[in-house]
Amino acid sequence: MRRVYLDHAATTPLDREILEAMLPYFSEKFGNPSSLHSFGREAHEAIETSREKVADLIGAKDNEIIFTSGGTESDNLALRGIAYLNRDKLKEKGPHIITSSIEHPAVLETCKDLEREGFEIKYLNVDKYGLIDLDELQNSVTKGTFLISIMFANNEIGTIEPVEEIGKIAREYDVLFHTDAVQAVGKINIDVRKLPVDLLSISAHKMYGPKGAGALFVREGVKLKSIQTGGGHEGGIRSGTENVPGIVGLGEACRLAKIRMEDDNSRIKKLRDRLIKGILNSVEESYLNGHPEKRLPNNAHFRFTAIEGESLVLSLDQKGIAASTGSACSSKKLKASHVLLAIGLSPVEAHGSLRLTLGRENTEEDVDYVLEVLPDVIGRLREISPLWRNR
Amino acid sequence: MMSMYSKKVMEHFLNPRNMGVIEDADGIGTAGNPVCGDTMTIYIKVKNGRIVDIKFQTFGCAAAIATSSMITELAKGKTLEEAEKITRDDVADALEGLPPIKMHCSNLAADALKAAIEDYRKKRRKK
Repeated sequence: MRRVYLDHAATTPLDREILEAMLPYFSEKFGNPSSLHSFGREAHEAIETSREKVADLIGAKDNEIIFTSGGTESDNLALRGIAYLNRDKLKEKGPHIITSSIEHPAVLETCKDLEREGFEIKYLNVDKYGLIDLDELQNSVTKGTFLISIMFANNEIGTIEPVEEIGKIAREYDVLFHTDAVQAVGKINIDVRKLPVDLLSISAHKMYGPKGAGALFVREGVKLKSIQTGGGHEGGIRSGTENVPGIVGLGEACRLAKIRMEDDNSRIKKLRDRLIKGILNSVEESYLNGHPEKRLPNNAHFRFTAIEGESLVLSLDQKGIAASTGSACSSKKLKASHVLLAIGLSPVEAHGSLRLTLGRENTEEDVDYVLEVLPDVIGRLREISPLWRNR
Repeated sequence: MMSMYSKKVMEHFLNPRNMGVIEDADGIGTAGNPVCGDTMTIYIKVKNGRIVDIKFQTFGCAAAIATSSMITELAKGKTLEEAEKITRDDVADALEGLPPIKMHCSNLAADALKAAIEDYRKKRRKK
């Protein structure tokens, strides 16, 4: 059976070239980067070379890159690191963070946790496309606001937020700006020399690198409290012996992304657009979620009347197609996706969603196969569904 | 995700038994959980106090579809008294188990069947 992987927003396959670059650092170049001997120096050099590559992709300086275990840790470090430093300073004014209602759980749950610790959090609404409202953002700034954290691009519906404008507002009010760019790095050209962001989260495995490796960009001069104490690695901000193979993989992923981004994007976008057009044309009562233009080049997100997402994903899996859903049941939670509810879908509508995210290895034939299989799969589920008959 | 479900659940999900509508049903029952998004309808045909035909329609996850399919198999041919004794656990056991999180949200078939039997009795009383 044909196997088609269309879940690149969840994770991407590790690139061969990246794997080759990583392999020596598991075995012969196993040194601890903190060691003084040649084994240590070798590992240390590898880390610093990777730091340059990561910095180069986003226009940062080498000393502005902190290696972490991935996107979730980067988000935690950014939010908690800044928050804990401002807690006492802003005690009188009421320490306040502004975020959005459609953040990844790594940001959302961290904010909820900070709320329990006494911080005030404002969760901005989004419109039907998933875009935040800049006026609402501006009006939400209080005397105690010290941080804005808004994602670069949404992991479910792919909507790209107005990051530059958000950054300008943050600068105007002298508030720090963090963006979770896990889905955007490697797909969107980011240059922090021009873009007014102070902290930016990066993950390797969303860009053909390994799992368990990520980074946080911290603009020079921005201070944050370490949330993991120990031997003082990464400038004292992130203690723990460095994941050398993972960091090497992240560096290579960034280097390759820089070279390939443009070609990949134009090819993947074409496939994506054909997929969207094909599905909207061949499936009755199908709708695109997210913004028609301001979206990640590889993201296609649909809603189908009277269909439940988990049934759809499992049925597609039977046909060899790997997809994902905003539906609760599949992600082992009971509630419908917070993102889909935030853009105004009803719980039943939200449950009927499907996310297809393309990647470098997808072909025209893959798209053809999905377009051939999907209408039948949906037809079968609608036959079972009382909502289709009674609509 | 496949490992989440037993073989039996997947088998019933992919090849549901007694799926559809009975146009002249003697009893119709629905059960649903709007938060989780599952809704099921069960149609029964009754002769001499026995369920002679039963069909279902379900909007929901694989567990919801499999439990609906399974209960139609368990209830077919049974007397109303026997059928209404079928519990959620009976359905889950017949499917070789359900993931714990699905026991509450998607295991609604027994409720829908009870509602269909109730509906049948109500209609008969009216006659």
